[in-house]
Amino acid sequence: MKPPSDERQRWLDDPAHVTLIYRALVGTCLVLVGVGFLVAHGGHFWWEESAGFYAVYGFVSCVTLVLIAKGLRRVLKRPEDYYDR
Amino acid sequence: MIASIPPGWILLIGGLLVPLIPRRARPVWLLALPIASGAHLLTLPLGFQVTASWLGIDLMPVRVDGLSLPFGVVFHLAALLAVIYALHEDDLVQQGSALVYSGAAVAAVFAGDLLTLFVYWELTAVASALLVFAARTPRARSAGLRYLVIQVASGAFLLAGAVLQWHRSGSLAFTPLSLGTLAGSLVFLGFGIKCAFPLLHSWVQDAYPESTATGTVFLSVFTTKLAVYALARGYAGTPLLIGIGAVMTVFPIFYAVIENDLRRVLAYSLINQLGFMVVGIGIGTAMALNGAVAYAFCNVLFEGLLFMAMGAVLYRTGTVKGSELGGLYKSMPWTTAFCIVGAAAISGFPLVNGFISKPLILDAVADRHLLIAWFALVFASAGVFHHAGIKIPFFAFFAHDSGVRCREAPFNMLLAMGASAAVCIAIGIAPGLLYGLLPFPESYRPYAPSHVLAQTQLLFWAGLAFAWLVRSGIYPKEIPSVNLDADWTYRHVLPRSVRAGVARWQEARESVAGYARRVWAPVAKGVALGVGPDSAVARTWATGTAVLWVVFFLALFLLVYHLRYLS
Repeated sequence: MKPPSDERQRWLDDPAHVTLIYRALVGTCLVLVGVGFLVAHGGHFWWEESAGFYAVYGFVSCVTLVLIAKGLRRVLKRPEDYYDR
Repeated sequence: MIASIPPGWILLIGGLLVPLIPRRARPVWLLALPIASGAHLLTLPLGFQVTASWLGIDLMPVRVDGLSLPFGVVFHLAALLAVIYALHEDDLVQQGSALVYSGAAVAAVFAGDLLTLFVYWELTAVASALLVFAARTPRARSAGLRYLVIQVASGAFLLAGAVLQWHRSGSLAFTPLSLGTLAGSLVFLGFGIKCAFPLLHSWVQDAYPESTATGTVFLSVFTTKLAVYALARGYAGTPLLIGIGAVMTVFPIFYAVIENDLRRVLAYSLINQLGFMVVGIGIGTAMALNGAVAYAFCNVLFEGLLFMAMGAVLYRTGTVKGSELGGLYKSMPWTTAFCIVGAAAISGFPLVNGFISKPLILDAVADRHLLIAWFALVFASAGVFHHAGIKIPFFAFFAHDSGVRCREAPFNMLLAMGASAAVCIAIGIAPGLLYGLLPFPESYRPYAPSHVLAQTQLLFWAGLAFAWLVRSGIYPKEIPSVNLDADWTYRHVLPRSVRAGVARWQEARESVAGYARRVWAPVAKGVALGVGPDSAVARTWATGTAVLWVVFFLALFLLVYHLRYLS
C-alpha cells in the first residue's frame, strides 16, 4: 500500500534524520561507557567493577541472539498455512 | 456478612449475571464489579481465614496472607483496566467469561487447600478457553480446543496429586510441597503446565495470539501468574526451578526475534518473563521471593499494556503481522506513546516499574553466585529489550511506512492504556508503593548509581546492536511464516503418526486376512464339512427321530447304570 501522496512529510520520514538519531545513539552509548570510569561500581562479581562490562555484554549478546535466531529460522521456518494443510 | 463472601466471588457471580443486565446498564455493571470486588478484598485483614468441613475433609476456602494479597490486588487492578479496555465490545460471551475468569483466578489465589484450588483452577481453564473461542475463527476454534485439553490436563495432575497427598498425610492444606513424593511431583507438573515450563509451554504461543483483541489482554494476566503464585506457595526454594526458569528466560527470545505475528512475539516474551519469576521462586530467599512477586505484579501491568497496544493495532488495522505493519505512529500517536512506556517498563529502563522489580531477582541470583543463571538472566534482560522493547514498537509503529492509515484507538482503549502506563511509571518512580505490598519487608535501593548505570549501559548497547543490525541489513526481515515449536509434536507429528498408524494397521489386517484365506482355505473347508451349515451336526432333525434317539440314549444309560450296580 502507498501512503497518501497529499500527506505532510514527518520529521522521521527524512532518512537524514534517522541517521541523526542513530549517531545520537552511538554518542550516548560512548558517553555511558565514559561515565563508567567515573561511577563507583557495586557488584557481586569482579567483572562488574569494570567500566564497560554491561555495554560489551549487552552488545555482544544481542548480536549473538540475532545471528543464532537467523540460523534457527532456516531450520524452523515453514509456510504460514503449514498447520492448516 | 460481607466478609463471608470469598474474594473473587463478586466478579464470578457478577460475570454469570452479565446476560441478565440490560445493555445500556452493562458498562456500569462491568466497571462496578472489579471495583466492588477489590474494595471487598481490602476489607479483609491479613491472616483472615475461613475453614469448612466437607464429607469429613478439612478445607480452607479462604486464606488471606502476605503472599496471596499482592496477587489479589494486582488481579483486581488488571481486571479493572482490561474491562475499561474492552468496554466498546458488545459480546456477552467475552464480557461474561472474562469476569468469571478473573473471579476464578482471584478466588484460586486465596484458596487455602488443594481441593478448593483445583475447583477454581479448572474454572479458570474453562472460562479462559471461552475467550479463545470468542474470536470465532476456525484457527481460534482449533487452538482453543488444544488449549482447553492442556489446561484441563493441568488440573487433572493437580487433582491426582491432591488426592495422593490427602491419602498420604490426611491433609489437603496448600502448604509447601515436596518433589520427593509422587503427590508433590504431580502437583508440580500441574503447576508447571500452567506456568509454561519448557516443552510444556507451547499452548501460550499457540492459543493467546488467536483470541480477540481484548480477550488476549485478559488471558495474558491471570493463568500464568496464578501458576507463579502456586509455585511460590508450594515450591519456594526448589533448586530445580532455577534451571527451569533460566531456560525459560532464554529460549523464547530466539523465537521472538524471528516471529512475525507481534502478539505471538509477546506470548514468547511472556514465557521469558515467567522465567525470571520461576528463578526467583527457585532461590526461595526472602529477597528472591519478593522479587518474584514484585515482578509478577509489574509484569501484569506492562505486559498487559503491550498486549493492549497490539490489540488496538489489530482492532484498527485488522492485523498484527510485522510484515504488514509499519509507520503507524502517524495514525495512532497515543497508542504508540503508551506502547513505548510498556516497552520501556518490560525492558527495565529507570523510572518505570521493571527497573525496580527485576533487580531483586538478579541480586538474589548473584548473592548465591549462581554464575550460569546470572549470565543467562542478564542475557535475557538484554534480549527482552531487543524483542519486546524495540521490536514490538519498531515494527508496528515505525520501520518502513507500510502505507496503512487508520483511526486512533477508541477512547476507552486509550484510557486503559494510559492508566496502565501511569501505574507503571508511578511504581517506577515510587517503588515503596509496591515494596510495601510484598510478602517480606523490602529495603532494596534500586536507584543506586551503579545499578542505574549498569542497566542503562546494558540497554543502550543492546539498542545499538539492534540499530546496527537493522541498518546493515543483517537483521532478519519480518516475513509471513510459522516457526516450528513444541506444539509441532501434537499438531503435526502426532496426527500424522496416528493417521499412518491406522493405515498401517488396516494394511496389516488386510494382509493377514489374505494369508489366512489362502493357507487356511482347505482346513476351513474340512471344518465346514464337519460342523458347517451343511454338516451332519448342523442338520435339522424331525422331532420323532429326536425322540427315538433320546429313548435310545436313555435305555443305554439305564443299562450301564444297572450293569454297574449289579456287578
